[in-house]
Order: sequence, then structure tokens, then C-alpha cells
Amino acid sequence: MFTFQMDGEVVKSVDFAPGNTHRGIEWMGMRRNPVQILHLSERICGICGIVHALTFARAVEQIAEIEVPPRADYIRVIMFELERIQSHLLWAGVAAHELGFDSLFYLAWKVREQSLDIIENLAGTRVNYAIIQIGGVRRDISTEQVQLIEKGLSYYRGLLDQMKKVFLDDSTIRMRCRGHGVLTEQDARLLCAVGPTARASGVAMDVRHDYPYCAYGDLDVHPILPPQESGGPKGDVYDRISVRLLEIAQSIDIIQQCLDNLPTGEILWEKKMPKLLLTLKKAQGEAIGRVEAPRGECMHYVRMDGNDAPATWKVKASSYSNLMSWIPMLKGEQLADIPIIVASIDPCMSCTDRVAVIQDGSAGFLTKDDLTRLSREKTWRLMQCR
Amino acid sequence: MTETPHRTPQEIIDLYRTEFGAGILDTKITERGEGVKKVKAYNIWIRLEKNLLRPAIKKLIDIRFPHFAVIAGSDLGEEIELLYILSVFYGTKFGEYMVTLAIRLKKTDLTVPTITDLIPGALLSEREKQEFFGITVTGIPDGRRLFLPDDFPQGVYPWRKDETGIKPEMVKELWTINRPKDRPAPPVPEKQAAGEVSPAEGKEKTTGGAAE
Repeated sequence: MFTFQMDGEVVKSVDFAPGNTHRGIEWMGMRRNPVQILHLSERICGICGIVHALTFARAVEQIAEIEVPPRADYIRVIMFELERIQSHLLWAGVAAHELGFDSLFYLAWKVREQSLDIIENLAGTRVNYAIIQIGGVRRDISTEQVQLIEKGLSYYRGLLDQMKKVFLDDSTIRMRCRGHGVLTEQDARLLCAVGPTARASGVAMDVRHDYPYCAYGDLDVHPILPPQESGGPKGDVYDRISVRLLEIAQSIDIIQQCLDNLPTGEILWEKKMPKLLLTLKKAQGEAIGRVEAPRGECMHYVRMDGNDAPATWKVKASSYSNLMSWIPMLKGEQLADIPIIVASIDPCMSCTDRVAVIQDGSAGFLTKDDLTRLSREKTWRLMQCR
Repeated sequence: MTETPHRTPQEIIDLYRTEFGAGILDTKITERGEGVKKVKAYNIWIRLEKNLLRPAIKKLIDIRFPHFAVIAGSDLGEEIELLYILSVFYGTKFGEYMVTLAIRLKKTDLTVPTITDLIPGALLSEREKQEFFGITVTGIPDGRRLFLPDDFPQGVYPWRKDETGIKPEMVKELWTINRPKDRPAPPVPEKQAAGEVSPAEGKEKTTGGAAE
């Protein structure tokens, strides 16, 4: 829930209270064995079907000194980048909806279906993929599936230019997003923002580039910053849109690199479940698992002390680091711009459930629908004066 | 935030050892390489005296302004260990290290100074540690609860493993709702579990799947 202090139409101060979706998953995890936690961790987030499972598995693999076969590392990366494509497209749809472009919202989600179909073919499900196992992955990729992925990649390659044109060259979107919700580079560093939110402000950080994991050490990855030709990093909503669109192109490239260099061999360190559980039970120590999720750095700290269940499991999801950036972004903005600015960090929770607006000392409540209506009305006004 | 020279993990530990001497209780460097080329990623672990926390963070800022990830915590019985997990040299190709600064607080004196004046982004994590471990962060600019609801009982700290942790009567057994009465109550005794191989376990042996 947000509380805004307003001066007329302008936001003077921002406060927010998260926690409506806190479910105590870490507490539950400290009472289960690592293989059970994998399934629990997949359910931390509905969109990041692989992020938390992979992060947790990597932390446990480091503690138990489990060597993951290279083929499994590559399959993990393929799944991860497919997830980035579907997550960014989902976000693009949400952003279009918040701006009042519902046909664009349907288009983005229709395009997203292709990546979900590939994921379903590879993992068996569209969400909560359950493909990660400690020590590797549970399903191999066949030659036919490689062809299917390549077909999907060429589908997205053909669409990229069109999507850039629709999102980035549209004068109404430019008017609504350029110069709004600005997060300066200094603020992004001080408030420890991560992922596309930080990169749109000009902070060149990307775990895949900085801190090698899985197959990223073998691949060519670089942090995506807003392009110079569109005015360089300004840290506004427009830059966050362009970073995400360029990252879809990068993900296509990374998946292609993986398919071209896919090693042969095993996909699991240990197939026998009792043996794996015994190894994990004996494992002692602490480790950090860290990945670059679609929303930014995701990190798990795990400590195991020779029991079935880990002694400590701390989850740091990507949005956790980005919440603080809302405060400088929203200050000085209009009420109607709040939905798109809040959505622009791609928050991974049910956030704007209610908004309290305090104007001239009296409080009023707005729901998410009220805010979205204000945002849409602003877009229509802008389109009429064009 | 000027550019400072890049350093190796060992150099960072040496810098800490020279500056703080006996205040550094333990250090280790862990490394991990994955994929085909096994390019190494490094983690630096530094355990230090509680009063050195703020100087240690300042030292890291001098080396290069770090990215603050989170404060993790463990209940070790008599003490609570707080781990300040940060990373330095982000933006360098394969040159970023995780730096974990760990301090221990006795349960008789659960106070720790704030670091939000050095790294403002640490605020949410400090608020979270206050409510989940019952720690007092001195000087915190905003000490309200973060995730726990306002009507959550005072003096209950979910991540503590002693009598102040979550009490059994607070745990809601959601799985019992609408469950047929004729099923045995879990946990199934170990003997029975070991004797029978369920279809799910049998499948695991051939496919390597995990149907826990």
C-alpha cells in the first residue's frame, strides 16, 4: 500500500508498506530437505518459474561440492533466457495496459505465448517448470526440441524491429514516459537498485557479465544500457522500456550461442535420489547462490549444518532491492503517472492494491483501478492534442 | 564514486588484515567455476568483531563503492550471526566478488549500529532484521515493521530458534482443511516409508526426477 502526500496534482512525499503477500516461505524451508525446498522455492514467484529454484540449487551445490555437468549448465541457461523473454514480454503488456494501449497489451501477450509454448515443450509446464534438480536438470533437450527452439527464435527475431517501432517510436508513449520517473545514476548506486532498473540509469551491472555462473562464463554477455542515439541513459521510464526490449534481443542471441555450443554428456550429477539426499544431509557449510533474474540480481544465502533441513535460508528477490528506488522516482510526478512509474521497475508482487492520497491534510483512498483510469485519461488527452 | 584500482580477493583480505589486525576473526575465499571453461567466481568471507562493522563497511566503500545485497542472519543458540552480503567491482567482466562481513551478537545485547548513512539502500534489510530477529538497529531512520502485519504479536521473532520463535499454536495446518478423514496423519513412520517404494520413487530411479 502506498501513501502519497500531494500538493495539488504533484506528489510531495512517498511511503509504501509491503508485506501483504509475505507467506513465511523461508520459515517453511528451514523445516524441509533441499530437494523439497526446490519445489517450494519455485512457488516464491509465479512469473520467475526457474529463478529461485536455480539460485537455491546453486547455493546447495556449492556447499555439497557438487559438480554440475556442462550440458546441464547450458540447458539451465536456455531455460533461463526463455524465461527472461516471456517475463519481459509480460511486463511490456502490463506497461501498455497501464498507459491505456490495450491493443498493444493483447499483442504483447499474444507474442509471449510462443516462448511459453517452447518452455512447455521443454519442461512440461508453463509455470513452475520443475526442471532444476540439485546437481543438474531433470529433462534433456532432444534434436527435435533444438529445432523447435530455433523456430521460436526466428519468430522473435522477425518481430523485434516491429516491437521497437511500436514501443519506442510512438510519440504518445514517448510523451508519457520520457522524463518521467527519473532515477539518477547516483541514486541507483546508493539505493542499490538492480537489473534493468539500474541499467536504465546507466549503472553497467549484470551478474551474467560480472560474476560468471552456469554457462555464462563461456558466452558473450554484456550489460545492456539505453542506446546513445535515443539520448543516452536518462534513467526514466522510457529508458527502462528500451533496456528490456534490447534484453529480449540479447536473450535470443544467448540462446542461439547455447544451441550452437551445446556440450554432450550427462545432465545430472547423481540420478539416484537416496544417494543425493544422503550427500546433502552430510553437507556442512554456507554459500551464496546468485543469478541475474529478469528483474535483476536474485540471491539466496544457505547454511547447512549436517541436518536434513538447512539451518538458514535467506531469499533476496530482485524486487526487494528495487523498492527503495520508487521514492526518488515518484517525487514531483503527477497522480496519473504513478501507475506506469510503479510498474516500470517490474515489481514482483501485488503492489498497488490501494493508494492513500493526503491532500490539504485530508486523506482519500484510490484503488489501483482508479489510478489506471487516471493514467489512461491522461494518455487520451495527450493523443487528442497531438 | 571515483574509479579505484581493481584488486584480487587476496589483496582485499590483506587490506582488511592490515587495517584491523586482530579484529578480523576469520577469513576465507571460496571459488566456483561452472560451464565448460570453468571461469571462476569468487566469494570473500570476513568474520569480524561487532564494533568493527561500520569501519569495515567504510573500508569497502574506499576500495570501491559496493552493491549492497542483503543482511542474512542465523540463530546460533547463544548468539545471532548477521551477515552483511555485498559485492564489489560490479561492472567488471568476470571481476565482481561477493564480500560477506559477518558479526555475532550475544542474545543479551542485540544491538547493532545502522549502516544506512553509508549505504541508504540497506534500510529495508535493517527493518526486516529488527522484526524477524528482535535486533535493535541503533540510529535507524525508520524503525517500523516491514513485512509483518501490524497485528502480529509483539515479542515473537519468526527466524529465532528459541522460545521467542514462532509458537506451534501459531502454525496453521492448511493441508488439513477438507482432507478426507480416513487418511493416516503424516508424518508416515520411517519404517513404512523405507519399506515401500512408491510409484513416484520408482520413476525417479530411471529418469533421475525428483518427486518429493
